[in-house]
Amino acid sequence: MGLATKKFDAVIVGAGGSGMRASLQLAEAGYKVAVLSKVFPTRSHTVAAQGGVGASLGNMGEDSWAWHMYDTVKGSDWLGDQDAIEFMCREAPSAIIELEHFGMPFDRNEDGTVYQRPFGGHMQNYGAGPPVQRSCCAADRTGHAMLHTLYQRNVRANTVFFVEWMALDLLKDNSGNIVGVTALEMETGDIYILHSRAVLLATGGAGRVYAASTNAYINTGDGLGMVARAGIPLEDMEFWQFHPTGVAGAGVLITEGVRGEGGYLLNKDGERFMERYAPNAKDLASRDVVARAMATEIKDGRGVGKDSDHVLLKLDHLGPEVIEKRLPGIREISKKFANVDPTEAPIPVVPTCHYMMGGIPTNYHGEVLESTNGDYSSPLEGLFAAGECACASVHGANRLGTNSLTDLLVFGRAAGNTMIKFLRGHSSHKSLPKGAADLTMERINRLNHQQDGESVTEVGGELRAVMQANCGVFRFPELLEKGVQEIYSVAEKVKHTMIADKSKTFNTARVEALELENLIEVAIASLVSADARKESRGAHDRSDFPERNDSDWLKHSMWFKSKSQLEYKPVQLKPLSAESIEPKVRAY
Amino acid sequence: MKFRIYRFNPEKDKKPYMQDYDLDLDNSDRMLLDALMRIKAIDDSLSLRKSCREGVCGSDAMNINGKNGLACITNLTDLREPVEIRPLPGLPVIRDLVVDMSQFFKQYHSVQPYVTNEEPVLEQERLQTPGDRARLDGLYECILCACCSTSCPSFWWNPDKFVGPAGLLAAYRFLADTRDQNTRQRLDNLEDPFRLFRCHSIMNCVDVCPKGLNPTKAIGKIKDMLVKRAV
Repeated sequence: MGLATKKFDAVIVGAGGSGMRASLQLAEAGYKVAVLSKVFPTRSHTVAAQGGVGASLGNMGEDSWAWHMYDTVKGSDWLGDQDAIEFMCREAPSAIIELEHFGMPFDRNEDGTVYQRPFGGHMQNYGAGPPVQRSCCAADRTGHAMLHTLYQRNVRANTVFFVEWMALDLLKDNSGNIVGVTALEMETGDIYILHSRAVLLATGGAGRVYAASTNAYINTGDGLGMVARAGIPLEDMEFWQFHPTGVAGAGVLITEGVRGEGGYLLNKDGERFMERYAPNAKDLASRDVVARAMATEIKDGRGVGKDSDHVLLKLDHLGPEVIEKRLPGIREISKKFANVDPTEAPIPVVPTCHYMMGGIPTNYHGEVLESTNGDYSSPLEGLFAAGECACASVHGANRLGTNSLTDLLVFGRAAGNTMIKFLRGHSSHKSLPKGAADLTMERINRLNHQQDGESVTEVGGELRAVMQANCGVFRFPELLEKGVQEIYSVAEKVKHTMIADKSKTFNTARVEALELENLIEVAIASLVSADARKESRGAHDRSDFPERNDSDWLKHSMWFKSKSQLEYKPVQLKPLSAESIEPKVRAY
Repeated sequence: MKFRIYRFNPEKDKKPYMQDYDLDLDNSDRMLLDALMRIKAIDDSLSLRKSCREGVCGSDAMNINGKNGLACITNLTDLREPVEIRPLPGLPVIRDLVVDMSQFFKQYHSVQPYVTNEEPVLEQERLQTPGDRARLDGLYECILCACCSTSCPSFWWNPDKFVGPAGLLAAYRFLADTRDQNTRQRLDNLEDPFRLFRCHSIMNCVDVCPKGLNPTKAIGKIKDMLVKRAV
């Protein structure tokens, strides 16, 4: 069967912040670019970001990109690549100014400049402190304001969106270059080939691998599944961020901006326990540090509630005016999901899976890197990645709050610029080899004909349970080993999922079955990489190796699905122009 | 808990029908979306849109016991049984609870929803006082869920000609922004018996907005601006 083919200069998979920042560059430069999204662009998960976007504008007091860089390297527990981190921190202020010019409704200071709030791990004077006000925000709806602004600017640029299209697989030519994607049009159920000179993956995170997650239903790691199936490695997948403050039981996010504005955590004795774990930064320590402290309090019997399974986030002392002005969305969420009005009582919170530090290996230009006998210096022709799905790596072993939005703006723009250069040098389409879409059609046909198979909901639930139980805030050798075994047995079931509904029109059962095939690649990569890393660093905390071990483990994990093999890549300790920030003990 | 859900699959159904489900809920099932996902686990043929499950993405707007709302922030304890769920009214149904929103977005796009400012680009932000920024509150928070426009009789009758509450709220968001310089063209674009003046202040939009926004008030301000420029 010959599939219908559409031809573009560039295809962008994903219409969140990074995808739409990149598409803007390409559309404004006059290229024919198609942006595919499983959901209408303003429904992408960037919309849920709350607290702000980090940039050293210095509107509230002295700040510098070098301080921001230091905090990011330290936050990453030295696993971040310092060239990419320098690039991000230097570019951040101009990316914010540009966004403001696009119409972003940032909060303001009396002098008319953009208001900035404190956030965890962001300090003055190269980490010495006190906290710096670096997070540019629009109340506690920064992601919403940003995503809508980027969509609006793309409307102005006449960007072509393919709304409710799901990309399925990467297409390669005979030399291994990327020449397009296959995609499912959800409304009709038809499969297309999108033939293009360049492909950008901007598919966001995959937090739905955990049972308790702040992530949206759509965050299923589609770009990661696509690259894994195409023989490209996944980098640093053991590093998952647990956000300290998810609403207990519901998983919904409560921004770190609450603590930035002066809120703090309490255990069942009413003790402000972060003072013990991070005497200097207290509640504004890095997320991994705060999440571990909370989990320790709960583990040691100082949790709150009838099951002692959460702690409390107190903010009523900020007063209703500050809460209404700076944190109105939090009040709304808290009332709806916790039955608590935070102007009167504290919010029950628990560490909840939030962000994937790892992803598709890229450099700071947004080019996807391929391995040539363990050397990652040459990009894979035709493929780019940006945002949460990419690993540049700026977040290393732990991301600082606000740096996700900084990442998607800076690297979305950088990837767009790199693609423009690439398109100038590659003016014709490479030919599509025969059978390019065979893998996709095998997957689709299998689902169409599978009878008496596994339930997608049940297998998905098993996958999430395995990750939740074995790959959480604290990691234990026996659980990691068990988790690896269990996830491979879940993977067998994923091969035999069955959808009862085989119709074509807007069949969300088919979409969910295809998403599960991406989630399983993420889960395997995470567990295998976590089991193999015999140290504690950032968000990866092992009971049997409680210390960071730079002599053996200052390196990136590279998981190859194609050969079921882990390899390693050195960390780039050399920045572009700044002095290298040498690894040292990380204390807040 | 009992549910009656609108079903229509154009591949096999000649016409829509209501399907009954009786569901054993778990303690963790708080919102209507949780219940719908339980139904989907039993019957995977039920199609609906969903994403953030916290009321910020605007995907899961539907008609719940006769009133438009978001399934993910509609508490099950607030619903009388059987809970009757239909797609958003007035838009073509693609399948089950999934409607074709093209007309809705076309109207949104028609108000040129972006800041227009032709002054030379500065190296710093365009300054805006906290007071001027506060004029955008209650406007920029719209999530484009379409609960308002699809509860508006004027939009039902003239979805091709009347911009609708969501589009007009967006129109005023840019009129109210001190950084925008396109006021005259924006008002010209709306000064029309249908585009703006089909709003008869029925205020269904205000009643259903899951974000607590007030499109009727924004529409009133646009009308004021038109009156002011006429005198």
